[in-house]
Amino acid sequence: MTQVIAPRIEPAGVDAVLISFDAAPGAQLSSRIVGCANRIEAALGDVVLDRVPGWNTLLIHYDFSRVKFHQLRVILTPLIERWQSDTDDEGEQRAAIQHHLMPVWYCGEDLAMVASAAGLSVAEVIQAHASAEYFVGAVGFAPGFAYMGGLDERLMLPRRATPRTAVPQGSVAITEGQTSIYPEQSPGGWHLLGRCPLKLYDVARTPPGRFSVGDRVSFAPISEQQFNALSGHWQWCPEPSLMQDDGLSGGNNES
Amino acid sequence: MSRNTEPGRSAMVASGHLEILKPGMLSQLQDVGRIGALRYGVSHSGVMDPYSAAWANRLVRNRMDAPLIEVALGGLQLRAAQDTWLAIAGAAIPAYLDGREVDGWSRFLMREGQVLSLGFAAQGQRAYIAVQGGFVVEPVLGSTATHQRNRLGGPDGSGSPLQRGNLLPCVADAAAFRSSASAQWQQRTDFTTTPVLRVLLGGDALRFAEDQRARFFDTHWEVSRDSDRMGVRLHHDMPLQEIPTRTLSLGITPGTIQIPPSGNPIVLMSDCQTMGGYPVLGWLHPLDRGRLAQVPARQTVRFVASDIETLQTDMQRFADFFAVLP
Repeated sequence: MTQVIAPRIEPAGVDAVLISFDAAPGAQLSSRIVGCANRIEAALGDVVLDRVPGWNTLLIHYDFSRVKFHQLRVILTPLIERWQSDTDDEGEQRAAIQHHLMPVWYCGEDLAMVASAAGLSVAEVIQAHASAEYFVGAVGFAPGFAYMGGLDERLMLPRRATPRTAVPQGSVAITEGQTSIYPEQSPGGWHLLGRCPLKLYDVARTPPGRFSVGDRVSFAPISEQQFNALSGHWQWCPEPSLMQDDGLSGGNNES
Repeated sequence: MSRNTEPGRSAMVASGHLEILKPGMLSQLQDVGRIGALRYGVSHSGVMDPYSAAWANRLVRNRMDAPLIEVALGGLQLRAAQDTWLAIAGAAIPAYLDGREVDGWSRFLMREGQVLSLGFAAQGQRAYIAVQGGFVVEPVLGSTATHQRNRLGGPDGSGSPLQRGNLLPCVADAAAFRSSASAQWQQRTDFTTTPVLRVLLGGDALRFAEDQRARFFDTHWEVSRDSDRMGVRLHHDMPLQEIPTRTLSLGITPGTIQIPPSGNPIVLMSDCQTMGGYPVLGWLHPLDRGRLAQVPARQTVRFVASDIETLQTDMQRFADFFAVLP
C-alpha cells in the first residue's frame, strides 16, 4: 500500500480546506485520495458542498456557516489518521471504482510525429496507447476533461511548443505521462492520436461528467464507420470479440 | 457563504419581463455561483462583487442568491413591460429613467414602458441591477450564473451574455413597496480609495523566500488590462523572484492567488478553472475579491495578511446581515 506521511490540512479561503498528501502520485494514491474524500463526506454529510481531488491534493468545499475551520480540523485530524493506518480502504475503493472502455478512431494529426519521435511505427503507437490501463488523477481544465496517468513510457513527449488554437472535440491526446480526451473543441498543447465519438459531459445528466478521480480508463480502436455511427452518443456497448481480440483489460460499466 | 437550496429561485411564476434594448459592454445574468459540479471541472462563476450584488438584492427584499444583472462598465439599456421595482448598487455608473437620473445603491419604481439607460463607470467597474422578486430563470447545475466558456447559465441556459431583444422574466408587483429606499452612506463601498486586500497565506507560500513574501505585501501592484472574469493579473516592474516550481495541478477557487514564473501575481476570479498548476501563495478575503473586481486597469492595490478566523467571522456576519431582509 502507498505510504502516506501525515497530510497537511490548511484553510484554502473562507469555505474550503486543502489536504496535501506527501506521497508519489499514481493510481494507488489517487484511489487512496478518493477513499479519504469518501470518508470525509460520510462523516460530515451535507456540510461538504463539493470536492476537487488532484494528483496529490484534496480540496473540500464546506458550509462554514455550520462548521468553522477550527472545528473542521478537529474532526478531520483523527479521521485522516484512521484512514492512514487503515488498509481495508483500498479494497473498499476497488469495489467502488468505475472502469470506462472508450472507443477511439486512431486518426490523429500527430500520430506520425509521435511515431517518429518515439522510434516506433504508427501501428506500434496505437498498440502502446490502446493496450495500457489508465487512471484518472485529476479532472479540470474544462468540464469533463480528465487527466489520466499510466501512459507507456515510450510515448512520453513534452507539450507542443505552440498550443493549437482549436483542438477538435473528442480528440484523444497525450503529453508527458498522461492521456486525455477533449470534451469540447478548445485550445490545447497535447499531441493528438485520435478521436473518441462519445460525449464526456452533459449538463442534462446526473452526474454531468463521465470521469471521476480514481476511475480506470482503457481505449479500444474503432473504425471510421464505427466512429460515425457512435458520434454524439453517451453509451457504447462494445462487441465482446473486440475486447478479447485486443486483450484489453477493464470492463465497461455502462453496458 | 452558505447556500440555501430551498425553493425561491425559480419557484415564482413570472408575470412580466424586462426587455434588453442594449447590452452595453458586457452584461450578464449572475447569482452567487455554482457549486457541486466543481469535481467535474465546471467552474464556480457567479457575481464578481458579492457585496454590491447582495445590496442590490437586499434593496428589493430579495434573498441574496436571487439572479440579477451584472453590468461591466456600463451601456446597458432596458425597458419594463409593466410597473416593476428595481435596485442598482455597485460601481458608480450613472443611470437614467427616461432621462431622469436615479440614485445608486437605491431602489426605484420603473413604470410600464419606461427605459432605464446606463452611462459608463466613473468609479468602480461593475454595477448590479436587481428586480423585485428576482429574475425567473431556470438554473443549470443549480445556478443561473452565466459562464460563457463553459456555456452554462444565463437567460436560456447556454452561457450567452445579455443581448438586444432578450426578455428577462420577472415577478412584477408594483405594490411591493410604498417608497424608494437607499443603502446608508457608510454601507456603500468607497471606490475612490486604494484597496488594501486581506490575504490568507498558504499553499506554496512557505516555499517562497521570506523576503519575497515580504515584497508581495510591500509592493503596490498595478491591475493589468488583461484582467477579466477568469482572473485579475497584477503587474510591477520588479516582480517577485525565485518562484518555486509546482509540478502537479491542484484544486483552485475564486480568490486563489497564483504566482506564475513571471513573478507577477494572478488573482483568480469567478470564472476561473477548477484546477491550476501555478504555485499558490494564498487566498483572498471574499469581500476583498469583490473590491478587486471593481479596480480599473492601471490602478494599484496592496495586500495585507489576515487569518481564517477573520475571514469566517466576517463572512458569517455578511451572510447573517443579508439573510435578514429589511
